[in-house]
Amino acid sequence: MIEPKTEAELAEALKSANGPLRISGGGTRDYGRPVQGEVISTSKLSGITLYEPGALTIVAQAGTPVSEIEAELAKNNQRLAFEPMDHRAILGQEGSPTIGGVIAANVSGPRRISVGAARDFLLGVRFVDGEGKIIKNGGRVMKNVTGYDLVKLMAGSFGTLGILTEVSLKVMPADETAATLILNGLDVEQAVAAMSSALGSPYDVTGAAHIPASGHTVVRIEGFEKSVAYRTEKLTQHLSAIGTAEIISGDAHDLLWQDVRDAKALSGAEGDIWRVSVKPSDGPAVIQAVNPTSYLMDWGGGLIWMETPSGTDVRALIPDIAGHSTLIKASPAIRSEIATFQPEPKPLALISNELRSKFDPRGILNPGLMS
Amino acid sequence: MEMPQPDQSILNRKNMIVEKLHSVLPADAVIHDPAETRAYECDGLAAYKCPPLCAVLPATTEEVAAVLKICHAEGIPVVPRGSGTSLAGGAMPTADSVILGVARLNQVIETNYPDRTITVQSGRTNLSVTGAVETDGFFYAPDPSSQLACAIAGNIAMNSGGAHCLKYGVTTNNLHGVKMVMMDGTIVDIGGAHLDAGGLDLLGVICGSEGQLGVVTEATLRILHKPEGALPVLMGFDSAEVAGECVSDIIKAGVLPVAIEYMDKLCIEVCEDFAKAGYPLCEALLIVEVEGSELEIEEQLSKIKAIAQTHNPVELREANDADEAARIWLGRKSAFGAMGQINDYMCLDGTIPVSELPFVLRRIGELSKEYGLDVGNVFHAGDGNMHPLILFDANTPGQLETCEALGAEILKLCVEVGGCLTGEHGVGIEKRDLMNAQYTDADLEAQMQVKDVFDPNWLLNPAKVFPLKDSETRRAAA
Ligand SMILES: Cc1cc2nc3c(=O)[nH]c(=O)nc-3n(C[C@H](O)[C@H](O)[C@H](O)COP(=O)(O)OP(=O)(O)OC[C@H]3O[C@@H](n4cnc5c(N)ncnc54)[C@H](O)[C@@H]3O)c2cc1C
Repeated sequence: MIEPKTEAELAEALKSANGPLRISGGGTRDYGRPVQGEVISTSKLSGITLYEPGALTIVAQAGTPVSEIEAELAKNNQRLAFEPMDHRAILGQEGSPTIGGVIAANVSGPRRISVGAARDFLLGVRFVDGEGKIIKNGGRVMKNVTGYDLVKLMAGSFGTLGILTEVSLKVMPADETAATLILNGLDVEQAVAAMSSALGSPYDVTGAAHIPASGHTVVRIEGFEKSVAYRTEKLTQHLSAIGTAEIISGDAHDLLWQDVRDAKALSGAEGDIWRVSVKPSDGPAVIQAVNPTSYLMDWGGGLIWMETPSGTDVRALIPDIAGHSTLIKASPAIRSEIATFQPEPKPLALISNELRSKFDPRGILNPGLMS
Repeated sequence: MEMPQPDQSILNRKNMIVEKLHSVLPADAVIHDPAETRAYECDGLAAYKCPPLCAVLPATTEEVAAVLKICHAEGIPVVPRGSGTSLAGGAMPTADSVILGVARLNQVIETNYPDRTITVQSGRTNLSVTGAVETDGFFYAPDPSSQLACAIAGNIAMNSGGAHCLKYGVTTNNLHGVKMVMMDGTIVDIGGAHLDAGGLDLLGVICGSEGQLGVVTEATLRILHKPEGALPVLMGFDSAEVAGECVSDIIKAGVLPVAIEYMDKLCIEVCEDFAKAGYPLCEALLIVEVEGSELEIEEQLSKIKAIAQTHNPVELREANDADEAARIWLGRKSAFGAMGQINDYMCLDGTIPVSELPFVLRRIGELSKEYGLDVGNVFHAGDGNMHPLILFDANTPGQLETCEALGAEILKLCVEVGGCLTGEHGVGIEKRDLMNAQYTDADLEAQMQVKDVFDPNWLLNPAKVFPLKDSETRRAAA
């Protein structure tokens, strides 16, 4: 294993590399096509380099544990608003998630539906490309349109364009309080209709999930005390035609959303786990076509976590539904057989391939992972 | 402003090119009479002008593709154009280029309330996107001050922001998908009504690429339900430092206003003369706006007022009704118009870390004296996106050049303190040659590589964004 301690060392390591490399942060998000190659780890590139609470910005080295960042932010009552999911609940891997891994996989949670994804909070990156060149893009200010936005391109590129060494992020104030409306016993169509209605209301919903395992459809409201009380009441009325809402807050509420975030309902899955992104109104059709062993819906119905019998190719069952499906958990054999990432239409696949060969001409960075 | 020499062989072929374009477009969609092409000689950066070879106004994606195929085959540069309000010269033509205007692509394709999206053709104006959904209570959040005129196409190309982006984000955060035509005429769909990319985030790099990667013909945008209400408060301070601290304290307290706008004394005075909004004549003025129900507004404003009080404001004015609210916004909204009345001005757009605000304002004051030109400051304080307005007289020989030199100094200052050259207006031609101040050769090379992939012959808007000397070999190879 190669463990560079500085960006310069990492650049040297990439320059002198002569075979494929498997890039690892905390090693908790091992999905995609299995990659053969020597492991190169960012774990020694760790630490917060700058944190300005008044400017809502934090800069950290890629290998910094997410927990360290969250703890530091909490001291100032701030947080990563995109609520990055912890994949350990469903993948069962050991290790501690790093901020570089969060960004490389563009990992978000339930609040993505209202505030945006990890990529929307990423202000700047430094990375080393496949030839060992150190490149920066963006910066640490909230608004920046200087040149092309490679920041977005790097988010979700799973290391295939370069190895991140430093990221700067916009952080947000944590909310004073929160409450969740729980509707009971809705079928999937009713649930999506209820969530759409809530998300299309003026009451600033920051989470909307449907959990068949418990029979709950849940809608979250966050903010200042009086405001949350007011909106909870308004939203209860708003949804009264669909069902009577029970309201929870406090620890049970926090735990509920942590479980949604981590797709905990699927943690015991024996089959494969798929993650599907569609427009919310297509959610019920996906469930009907795939008929999964178990599932969980987040993002108002637009994000579907599904357990399917091993070897099922979900994409073949929903050929006409726009969106993308990712095979998150399956045996290495299945992940070598079924495309793990959504195959792109030809002209876009061409662009993606060419981008990769520009940034990594020798094809040594997580080769094939996003296929 | 240095621009590349036009390709004489293209100028010589004008008649043949116009004929070819006529073969794929209706007669009135090809503009080639020199008297008429002048309408396209510049954008909002009117100091620089050059009429194009010709302009085309396709009305469908297929027509756009047909035009691009011809230009691709003939090796002719194409400059995409929305409404021509760019302040960076992003839509400025070269003499050997075809202007591809999307103004006729202005229809709403689909409104989808359950999924909270709208799909429009890209020539539709920003404000009329909201116009299409507002009777149903919805709106499209990014609101550049030019929203009455500017097109979604230009917003996407520039990743435009607006007064309310502190809460709602800029264009890229509200864009779900595009239909785009590549330079060779290939039509691609990227993203859609669903969230996030299944592979590389190509949409993320297209947004903000200033018309250099493809011509966007349709866009799927996020729409939101309108908040129940909104209310501003106005506060005056006797120093920029104190106003800056107040902004920082508001943000730290966990209140997230939809807008925090800042004006300095020069701007206050000019706006008062012009709009008579009744602003206090102090060193620094903040307008802070919050949203929600009456009760929520009150809850947030009481926190904000309490914070402001700790900074001894010279004025703290609330709006008791819509009329008073409008008066608070009146001066700010007329700032650019008011400035334009008294002088020519150049509007800069650098962003800085908000903690550097007092220092940067002081330094701008010093530079202003050094160069002998007044600078007014009006900007989005919550996110550090400054808009220094340099006042000059275009009729006095040499003043434009002095103004440009001062502008360059101020932008470099923004970069030095950890910020950037442009927060929302884009690089265009205006900041093109300053890019080396912010980026290393490797940084720029990485960006140019992306263009190589999308547009290998560098035909789309070629003389923008990158310093001419850095893009020279690539452009010459075309
Ligand atoms: C008074 C005034 C106030 C302004 N206020 C703001 C503000 O608050 N915030 C802000 O961000 N900006 C502001 N601007 C700047 C400007 O309005 C924005 O940059 C706007 O997005 C430009 O849109 P447009 O349609 O006019 O584009 P144009 O000026 O026509 O073009 C802008 C760029 O987009 C490219 N382009 C156009 N159409 C396409 C297409 N179909 N496909 C690909 N590329 C394309 C062009 O090549 C060019 O590079 C302001 C401008 C003015 C004049």
